[in-house]
Amino acid sequence: MSRVTLLALQVLVAVVCLALWQLLSTVPVFGKILLPPFFFSNPVDVFSQIVKWFSSGVIWKHLGITLVESLLAFVIGSAGGVLVGFWFARQPLVAAVFDPYVKMVNALPRVVLAPIFALWLGLGIWSKVALGVTLVFFIVFFNVYQGVKEVSRTVLDNGRMLGMSERQLMRHVYWPSALSWMFSSLHTSVGFAVVGAVVGEYLGSAAGLGYLIQQAEGIFDVAGVFAGMFVLSAFVILIDFGVTLVERRLLVWRPTVDGRG
Amino acid sequence: MTTPTAVALEDAKVAFRLGDGRVYTAVEKAHLAVAQGEFVAIVGPTGCGKSTLLNVAAGLLKPAAGTVKIFDRPLAGLNRDAGYLFQADALFPWKSALDNVAIGLEIKGAPRAEALPRALKWLTSVGLGAFANRYPHMLSGGQRKRVALAQVLIRDPKILLMDEPFGPLDAQTRQVMGNLLLDLWNADRKAVLFVTHDLEEAIALADRVVIMSAGPSSRIIGNWRVMLPRPRDIFEVRLDKEFHALHREIWSVLKDEVMKGYAQSTQAAEAV
Repeated sequence: MSRVTLLALQVLVAVVCLALWQLLSTVPVFGKILLPPFFFSNPVDVFSQIVKWFSSGVIWKHLGITLVESLLAFVIGSAGGVLVGFWFARQPLVAAVFDPYVKMVNALPRVVLAPIFALWLGLGIWSKVALGVTLVFFIVFFNVYQGVKEVSRTVLDNGRMLGMSERQLMRHVYWPSALSWMFSSLHTSVGFAVVGAVVGEYLGSAAGLGYLIQQAEGIFDVAGVFAGMFVLSAFVILIDFGVTLVERRLLVWRPTVDGRG
Repeated sequence: MTTPTAVALEDAKVAFRLGDGRVYTAVEKAHLAVAQGEFVAIVGPTGCGKSTLLNVAAGLLKPAAGTVKIFDRPLAGLNRDAGYLFQADALFPWKSALDNVAIGLEIKGAPRAEALPRALKWLTSVGLGAFANRYPHMLSGGQRKRVALAQVLIRDPKILLMDEPFGPLDAQTRQVMGNLLLDLWNADRKAVLFVTHDLEEAIALADRVVIMSAGPSSRIIGNWRVMLPRPRDIFEVRLDKEFHALHREIWSVLKDEVMKGYAQSTQAAEAV
């Protein structure tokens, strides 16, 4: 299938869905509207709400705050995950001692931490960053840990036979291997950074996309809720696209499944 | 003694502790000396511990008994005089072919600007000058072996240890690689310890062929000098009458061990 047909079909899916939504929420079928506007709104209202946000400029502030929170959560969570992942992988004793606690904290649904973070860090951005960090940290941590532990035995022996010191092994073997594992989880961890930020905002804040959605919900403004969801989706897709670009640049050495390499 | 011995294994014994606590003796009382400039091939049936012996010479494994001497000095830790060519892919997948070769010099502290041109020269001498920027996954198995060869040789090790380096390659590529190896070796005649399961390859390449018995507790059971003239061409040397005579003679000994090794490996499988 050519790119154009594919794109056309993809657009068609959206058009059909939106048209159905619009029809069912405005035109009565057998004297009854199947999607009552109070619960489902309609695409035109949702779209005009989005246009209003962007034309008045209110949305930028909220987008900016969510973006900053996500980025901070991602950077801090990744840095922590890389450091601790490396440390645990190189010190099996430490890993063994902390193993049950790591599992315990990771098993905890992170949402329950949100009120605690709000208490500790206030309603500003840092309580959301903290929530995002707890999500990102574990993804990166497990991947880096795995990456360092699963360095190919032969590659490691080769490094040693070529005369690498422990520090050089770290730099030329362990580090790139761990990074490649971390980058393979980049999409997931960036996604979770956004989830942490938005959920945090939803549960208590004064700005951000999550706040916008929560506010709309509070006054039964269904169009506003849907509009917030669409803006959020578009936001995540844009970030994901950025991640793909970064990934392609950094992982050129890796074979790709579809043979693009 | 005119030439010093590059690698000397004296009564080397290699044993592993198995998961259930038993001790498995891979190699027993191995006595092996490789003189400077000598090309020695070790041939044996599958699982006879020939790679194990090579790892002992490399310092990657410690012998359970006996001594390892490198240039008449007992080996402690890794063998710093040796370059090791692995059977499996051992290139750094995140480095380009050029960087993979240059790393050998960079480790020693050579600045990058100095290492890169020399790496390119080595890549060219293994026939891959045009592939410098490719990553290992973009190269064929034979090309990867060439890069690995350049990676090892750029450090100019005094001893070359090779563990079935051409094992994973197809028959034609193996012969081409064999000739390339002989050409490069001819330039400065390092001491080589070459492990293979292919007797023909061993005779075609080496000055001396050492035969090991089937494991466990395998021993070195034979030692033949290959008097074929050098420089050799692997394609042609196989047609030589002397080559055939030697092959027949060594095979008569090796055959029994191969059958024994095969019988043991199938019995072991049935016992499980």
